[in-house]
Amino acid sequence: MGVGIQVENLNAWYGKTQALHEINLNVQANHATALIGPSGCGKSTFIRCLNRMHETSPEARVEGKVRIGEYDAYEGTSATRLRRRIGMVFQKPNPFPTMSIYENVAAGLKLNGYRDRKHLDDVVEKSLISSALWEEVKDSIHKKSGASLSGGQQQRLCIARALAVEPEVLLMDEPCSALDPISTGKIEELIFELKAQYTIVIVTHNMQQAARVAEFTGFFLLGRLIEFDKTEKIFTNPSDKRTEDYITGRFG
Amino acid sequence: MVNLRGLVPDPSRLVTPKHEINLWRRVTDHLATAFAVSTVILVLTPLVAIFGYLVYKGIGSVNWAFLTQTPKPPGEIGGGMANAIAGSVLILAIGSLLGVPLGIGAGIYLAEFGRNRFGDLVRFVSDVLNGVPSIVIGIVAYALVVLRQKHFSALAGGAALAIMMVPTITRTTEEMLLLVPNALREAAYGLGVPRWRTTMSITLRTATSGIITGVMLAFARVAGETAPLLFTAFGNQYWNWHLDQPTAALPLQIFTYAISPYDDWHRQAWAGALVLIILIVSAVAAVRFVVRRGTLGGVA
Repeated sequence: MGVGIQVENLNAWYGKTQALHEINLNVQANHATALIGPSGCGKSTFIRCLNRMHETSPEARVEGKVRIGEYDAYEGTSATRLRRRIGMVFQKPNPFPTMSIYENVAAGLKLNGYRDRKHLDDVVEKSLISSALWEEVKDSIHKKSGASLSGGQQQRLCIARALAVEPEVLLMDEPCSALDPISTGKIEELIFELKAQYTIVIVTHNMQQAARVAEFTGFFLLGRLIEFDKTEKIFTNPSDKRTEDYITGRFG
Repeated sequence: MVNLRGLVPDPSRLVTPKHEINLWRRVTDHLATAFAVSTVILVLTPLVAIFGYLVYKGIGSVNWAFLTQTPKPPGEIGGGMANAIAGSVLILAIGSLLGVPLGIGAGIYLAEFGRNRFGDLVRFVSDVLNGVPSIVIGIVAYALVVLRQKHFSALAGGAALAIMMVPTITRTTEEMLLLVPNALREAAYGLGVPRWRTTMSITLRTATSGIITGVMLAFARVAGETAPLLFTAFGNQYWNWHLDQPTAALPLQIFTYAISPYDDWHRQAWAGALVLIILIVSAVAAVRFVVRRGTLGGVA
């Protein structure tokens, strides 16, 4: 089951450049939350703070509080332990090129020392079914490399890989930006189904996409969260002038 | 049908007829191709010539006795280089066992953790070491191993070769690891895989074929080295399997025989050179074959 995310006074830096200023935001469990805003506004940095991926960048620094469910993300836990509870899907599909489809999906469990063959088989099948890829690849999961799939299939493979570790939260950083409209449509349908089990935070440049998949939407600008509300409200009746300017295409 | 006339260019005019292509462009095109082909020929000629000449001079002397017997005393006809072939295999095995893990380890450090002053220092030292003449490396191994053991030995020879292998392997490993897209590391981190595990199972595995290339380059280079073995492995007329005793090696044997005054030894030196080249090529090919079967692809 998904869990909620509470973010309080989050600030993030790359070296001396401050990328996020005082972000406060509550993500509802088992809903999809979209983050929109122009390039460089900090939305990617923000979701990378949620699973502590931000700190892998050189000279990166974070301040503030992030709670995933009832646990603090930054205190009393390690980054690796936290990331096992949070799946992440990246902008460009990044399957492990030396691994077969099966190994790609099983990677999260195997690399963390899990060995039970029978259970792994089940998890791989279940995850590929959840990511709507099973029917297309079931005959070749051991034979084909993850990199031999098409772009859209690769991205669904990456989603399966993230789901295999049974996370409570799924972070998606512009998951469709490298895909064609058909693949995008498939992934959006998938997000709809995954909401039942996971909390989803999705960064997107595509405002229609935000409107289609998310119940809540946050608008970022220059490292600040300008507005956060129900998606409907943001797109029909935003309370901030800057949000309105952005979604009506007056800038950005 | 929408009338597109005027909106799109006339398709028949998109392709310039051949005779209209500027003569000068066609000439330079052919010149460039001819230049590229001739450089390939230029590079391949010495290679083919050397190998051809070796076969011509050596093949007649490569026989069963040559491959199974130890050398005869000076002046006697016959005998072979079996002990030198075995000795070379032994010394190269020691050298690889010492040099490959060290080189790959240093390469991993430089690529994954070495973005700092100390990393730059290691890089610099490694490049300098790469340029040190092999005879000097032999002296170093002599001082470090031979003087201490009070023995010429296979171990000392292996150590000298290892020192020569390390810089090449270190730098190629680093380069190959840096070619692995950061997105793959992030994918693993995102799954909660610890950093060391990511390096071993994702980064290193993805770069395997490239790293193997570097290792085989280093191996092939030191396999033919004579100078670092002169006063480390020293050479031996007899069989020897003790790591702390003087050991024969093909390059040493070739060297000794080639400068000797006996015709039979000259013939055997040619045969030895041919066998050495064949051994190196087959070792490299075998490793490549095994690695290619074991992986699904990756960088380089």
